[in-house]
Amino acid sequence: MADHKILVVEDSSIMRQLLVMALRRISGVTVLEASDGLEALKTIANEDLSLVFSDVNMPGMDGLKLVRMIRSDKRACEIPIVMVTTEGAKEDRDRALALGATAYISKPVQGAEVIDTACRLLGLPAGTPWN
Amino acid sequence: MTEKEKQSKVTQRAEDFLQVFKKGAEFTQQLLRENERLRFQLVQLEEQGRLASCAEQAMRKVESLKSQVADLEREKQEILQRIDRVEAENIDFANRYVEIEAENSSLANLYIATYQLHSTLDFRDVLKIISEIIINLIGGEEFAIFLLDENSGTLQAMAGEGIDLRHFPVYSLGEGIAGGVARSGESFFAEVLDAAPSDIDAPLACIPLKIKDRVIGVLAVYKLFVQKRCFDDIDYELFTLLAGHAATAIFASKLYSESERKLTTIQGFLDLLTK
Repeated sequence: MADHKILVVEDSSIMRQLLVMALRRISGVTVLEASDGLEALKTIANEDLSLVFSDVNMPGMDGLKLVRMIRSDKRACEIPIVMVTTEGAKEDRDRALALGATAYISKPVQGAEVIDTACRLLGLPAGTPWN
Repeated sequence: MTEKEKQSKVTQRAEDFLQVFKKGAEFTQQLLRENERLRFQLVQLEEQGRLASCAEQAMRKVESLKSQVADLEREKQEILQRIDRVEAENIDFANRYVEIEAENSSLANLYIATYQLHSTLDFRDVLKIISEIIINLIGGEEFAIFLLDENSGTLQAMAGEGIDLRHFPVYSLGEGIAGGVARSGESFFAEVLDAAPSDIDAPLACIPLKIKDRVIGVLAVYKLFVQKRCFDDIDYELFTLLAGHAATAIFASKLYSESERKLTTIQGFLDLLTK
């Protein structure tokens, strides 16, 4: 199975750990971490990524700016981006989708929802054997 | 007898012979036809016999096939029953899989919460981690963490989200739901979680932060995210975990910061004495 690299961009260590733990359960997936948009851009420049999960509100560079930067980068513009938002923050979610985010999941996130979303965007079958 | 008479007699005999010959020929023709008819009958009889034999064989075959059909029907019924059993097992496995996944997700959340709570000895970081657990794992939108001042016996809001901390009164032990929870050490959960505007005097959940039986504060949740209609089993588990682990993490970080402060003071004195 092809190896996929997924980047999780999240300033909250709890959310980051939650997302990473869920994504690591998918076979053939390597999960990379960044705590803000700037760190994420460095990773995007150095790695061949298949998918990005990003929070919206982060110090330094927030998730919306990160989406804009990724979409304007010729090398990375095709990478699907999943935004992690709160259900009430509809404006943030709409802005992210308008800027080119592919999908969103709402807090509090469920591991199964994270895995399903990642599998769908990576083109992996729903019943992908997990580690 | 004259020559003419002789000739006539010969002619007569010849005609008689011809008649006999004709009759013989006709008889032969009749015999041949009869022979043909009998042959045809024979063929028919043979055909009938063969057909009768075939019919008998066919009947035997039909009986055999009927028996096979009955066997196959029995086998089909057995297979259908087995399929039903396997489908029932599949449904059971699927349900168990969903339960295990939910359990797995709950354990992951509990692991992360525990891991993060004890990952720092900085008081502010501990409060931040508790807040993040409530936001990200429980789905709390408005909440506050009250700590008990043992000297004054009052509860003061030290951290929170969604509500300005200055709006919270200082509760004395037994006052309001937060004070009552701090005094009794028992958790409080509102019976109805409606979407009404939050009321700082009527939390949806109020959890004592306890080290054994000693209450050091309370955690009050006033509002949940809109998609969160009720507390799930994992939320109660997380509240139970927070009640114990958050309390020890807060207590340890306070002790650490106090010991650090004392150490700095003592170090300052020592520096003064040695200079």
